[in-house]
Amino acid sequence: MSELVVENLTLSFGGIKAIDDVSFSVEPGEIYAIIGPNGAGKSTIFNAISRIYTPEAGAIRFRGEDLLKRRPHQVVDLGLARTFQNIELFENATVLDNLLVGRSARIRSTWLAEWFFTPEVRREEYAHRRKVEEILDLLDMQAHRHELVRDLPYGARKNVELARALCAEPKLLLLDEPASGLNPEETTDMSFWLKDIKEELGVTVVMVEHDMNLVRRLADRCMALGNGQVMAVGTVAEVQGDATVQAAYLGSAAA
Amino acid sequence: MQVLFKTHYDQDIDHLAIRGERFRILAAVGLALAAPLLIDSYFVGELAIFLVYILAGLGLMVLIGFSGQVSFGHSAFLGIGAYAHSVLLGQGVPFLISLPAAALLAGLVGAALGRASSKMHGFYMAIATLAFAIVVETILGEWTDVTGGHMGLEVPPMTIFGVDLGEPWQQYYVILAVVLFCIWGLANLMRAPKGRMMIAVRDSETSARSLGVDIARVKIAAFFVSAMLTGLAGGLMAHLLFYISPETFGVNESLKLLLMVIVGGVGTITGAIFGAVFVTVLPVAIAFLRELLPTSLADMAGLEQFLFGGIIALFIIFEPEGLYGRWRKLRLFIETYPYYKRATFVRQKRYLKTGRFK
Amino acid sequence: MEFSDVLQLVLIGISQGCAYALVAIGFVFIYRATEIVNFAHGELMMLGAFMALTFAQIIGLNFWLAAALAILSLGAIGYALDAVVMRRMAGESHASIFILTIAIGLMIRALAGMIWGWAPLALDAPFLHDYEVGGVIVGMDRAAVIVGAAILCFALWRFFTRTAIGLAILGASQNQLAAYYSRIPVKRLISVVWAIAAMVAAFAGLVMAPVTQVDTGMSAFGIKAFAGAIVGGFGSIPGALLGCLLIGVAEPFLDFIFPPLKGVYAYVIMLAVLFVKPDGLIPQTFAKKV
Repeated sequence: MSELVVENLTLSFGGIKAIDDVSFSVEPGEIYAIIGPNGAGKSTIFNAISRIYTPEAGAIRFRGEDLLKRRPHQVVDLGLARTFQNIELFENATVLDNLLVGRSARIRSTWLAEWFFTPEVRREEYAHRRKVEEILDLLDMQAHRHELVRDLPYGARKNVELARALCAEPKLLLLDEPASGLNPEETTDMSFWLKDIKEELGVTVVMVEHDMNLVRRLADRCMALGNGQVMAVGTVAEVQGDATVQAAYLGSAAA
Repeated sequence: MQVLFKTHYDQDIDHLAIRGERFRILAAVGLALAAPLLIDSYFVGELAIFLVYILAGLGLMVLIGFSGQVSFGHSAFLGIGAYAHSVLLGQGVPFLISLPAAALLAGLVGAALGRASSKMHGFYMAIATLAFAIVVETILGEWTDVTGGHMGLEVPPMTIFGVDLGEPWQQYYVILAVVLFCIWGLANLMRAPKGRMMIAVRDSETSARSLGVDIARVKIAAFFVSAMLTGLAGGLMAHLLFYISPETFGVNESLKLLLMVIVGGVGTITGAIFGAVFVTVLPVAIAFLRELLPTSLADMAGLEQFLFGGIIALFIIFEPEGLYGRWRKLRLFIETYPYYKRATFVRQKRYLKTGRFK
Repeated sequence: MEFSDVLQLVLIGISQGCAYALVAIGFVFIYRATEIVNFAHGELMMLGAFMALTFAQIIGLNFWLAAALAILSLGAIGYALDAVVMRRMAGESHASIFILTIAIGLMIRALAGMIWGWAPLALDAPFLHDYEVGGVIVGMDRAAVIVGAAILCFALWRFFTRTAIGLAILGASQNQLAAYYSRIPVKRLISVVWAIAAMVAAFAGLVMAPVTQVDTGMSAFGIKAFAGAIVGGFGSIPGALLGCLLIGVAEPFLDFIFPPLKGVYAYVIMLAVLFVKPDGLIPQTFAKKV
C-alpha cells in the first residue's frame, strides 16, 4: 500500500488555480522529490497535505487514513511532520526547548499533573529528553543545545527545523526546500543526514527542492510541477529528459 | 557566576539548580515568612495587599507573557472572584470551599471568554476583553439582589475550621501560603510540556499547529488558568478590603494590572513580582513627587493620572523589557564586570512589513 | 412607541453613529498607514473640542475662526506627537505601541482636566436651531454631524486612492523599507498622516460639542468608536462607517428596551458580532504566508 496518496487535488486562491488536478503517490521508505519553477504550487501542496489549506476538490490519504477529515494538529498524530520554507521556529526559546515542543504529539500528561509536577511527569520528561538527545546526536547539534534560536546562523536554523520535525517521530516527512540558502558544504551535510533519516529511521521523505544535484543524488522518484499541474513523474533521469519539463525550465526552441 | 556542568536531566528540569538563584529565592521566602515578626502591623497589612497583587499579576502574566494573548479587562476576574467568594461566605459556605469555588467560577468565565476570543488577534482581543470588563462591571452594579449593587457588599470575616482569622498577621500567612503555592505550581507548569506549548502558541502558531499542538485548546486553557489565579487573588483581596463595590474592579484596576505586567517585565514570574513592587510603590512615589512640585501644580486634580500615564509611556519607550529587564542587565553587569558590554542588549531596528494581503 | 418616535430615534442614532464614525475614520486612517492602533483618538477629539472652546469663548474669537484654529492646532499636535514620541517606536511590537497610545491618552485626558477643569463646559455654535419635519425634530447640530461625516469620508477616500501622497502612504504601510528605498519621505509622511487624523478628530469634537457639552468624559467616545470600527471589520473605512452606524442606531432602541444595561450596549453588540464573526463584518484578511 502506498504511504501517501494524493488524488485530483485542486485548490484556488481567488480566481487563480494554485493546484490543478494533481495526483501522485509516494511509496514507503522512498525519497520523493517535487520540483518545478517558482510559483508552481509546490508549497501549496504541502500546505494542503498538512491541512493548513483546505482543497476544493480531491482526496489525500495517508496510510489509508483520509487526511481531509482531520484538523491540522491531528495530522501529526498519524505520523506526518513537516518543515517550513521560511523557517518557523520559536525565536525566543533554546534549541532544546524547540525540539521538546516537537514531542508535543506524544505528550500524555494532564494540566493538573503538571501543576504538581508528579513523578510521572518527571519520568515522561526524562523519556522525551532522551529522544531529543538522540535526534541531536543524529544531526550533530549537541553544541547548540542551549543556544537561543534567534542567535543561530541560517544553516543551523534549518537543521533545528529538521530536527524538530524528526522529534515528532514521523513516518513521513514533508521537507519544504531543505537545502535552500545553504552553502555547498552544508548542502552535502544535509544530503548525508537525509540519507541517514531514510536508512536508519526508515522515514519516508517527500521534499520540494530546487537544487538538482541534491535531487539527483537522493531522490528515488520525482515529480515535476508547472503552473499547478503535473508535468512529469518518474525517476529523476526520466523527468529531466521529459520535453514538457525542459520547455518549462529552458523554454522551447524557436520553430 | 556559577557555570553549571550538567550531568543529569534533573539539572535541566529542577527549579533553582543554580546556586546563586537558590540562595536568592530561599532568602526571599525566609524574609517573607519572618516579616510579621519584624515589622509593624500596618505594614503587614500592606504586605498582604502586595502579595495579592503578585497573584493577580501572575494571572495576567500567564495570559500575556506566556501564551501571548491580550487582556485589558482582567479586573473583571478580580471582581468575579471577590464577589463570588463574599456571596458564598455570606451563604455559610466554609472558607476552604468558598475560595476555590470562587476561583473556579472566575476560571470558567475566563475559559468562556477565551473560547469566544480564541480566533481574535492582538488588539481585537484587547478591545473585546476591555468591553467584557465594562459589561461585567455594569452587571455587578445592576444585579442588586445578589451583589448589593453600587451600595457595596460587606465581606464576611475569614474563618478556617472555626478559627476566626481577623488579625493582619493571620491573614498575611494564609495569603502567603496561597501565593507561594501558586508560584510553585505555575513554575512547575512552565517547565513542563504544557508550559512549552503555551510559549509555542505565543511564538509561532503555524508551526505549533504543525507539531500537534491544539492551539484553541491551549489558548482556552491558558485563559482558564489566568482567570482562576486572578479570581483567587480577588477572593483574597475581598478580605483585605472588608467592603467591595463594583467601582473597585473597573477599568482603572485593569490598567493597573496591565501596568504591573508591562513594567515588571513580560514573560517571567519574577516580572510579575517586580510589577507588584512597582504598583505598590507608585502611589508613594507620586505623593513624593507631589511634594517636590510647586503647590499650584501639585494641587491640580488629575496629576496622578498624568504621572501614571507618563510612567507607562516612559517605560515602553525606554525599557520595554521592564524592571526585570533592568534587573537582568544589572546582574549581568555585576557577574561579568569589567567585561560588561551594553551592546549585548541593543534592540535591532525593525521596519514595518505588513502581514495583510488584501 | 409611535412611528414618529421611531423615526426620531433613528435620526438621533444615525447622527450618533456618524459621530462615532468621524472618530473611527481618524484612527483607521492611522492604522492603514502605519499599522499602529491609536487608542488615544478619543482624547484627541476631546482636545479639539477644548481648543475650540478656548479660541471661541476664552479668547473670544468668531466661531468659524475658532473652529478653524482648533482644527489646525490639533493638526500641529498630531504631527508633533508622531515626530516626538511615535517615531521612536518604529518597528517595535504592536502590543507595546498600542499600550503606549493608551498611556498617551491617559496623559492627555489628565492634562485636559488639569488645564480646563473637570466640569462640563458649553460651546455656543451658530447651528443650534431645531427644525420640525412631520412630527420629527431635526436638530441642526445633529444634521451637521451627518453632513460632516459624509464629506470627510468622501474626501479621505479620494485622497487615498487618487493622489500621489495617498499612494505613497499606502506603499509605506505595506513595506516601509522598500518605501525608504523608493525615495518616499516615510517619516514625514507618517507625521502628516497623524496630523490629518488629529484634524479629523478635532472636527469630530467640534461637531459633537454642541450636542454633548465639552468635558473630559468625551474621550469615552473613543472606545465606542473602536467598538464600531471592530464590528465593521477593523482596517477598512467603509467597515468602520458601517459598524459605527450600526451601533449608533441600535443604542437608543436597546436603551429603551432594557434600561439597566444603558450605556454599554455598544460593547454588547461588539462582543456579539465578534462571537459570530471574529474578524468583523467586512473582514480584512490578515494571514501569514508560509
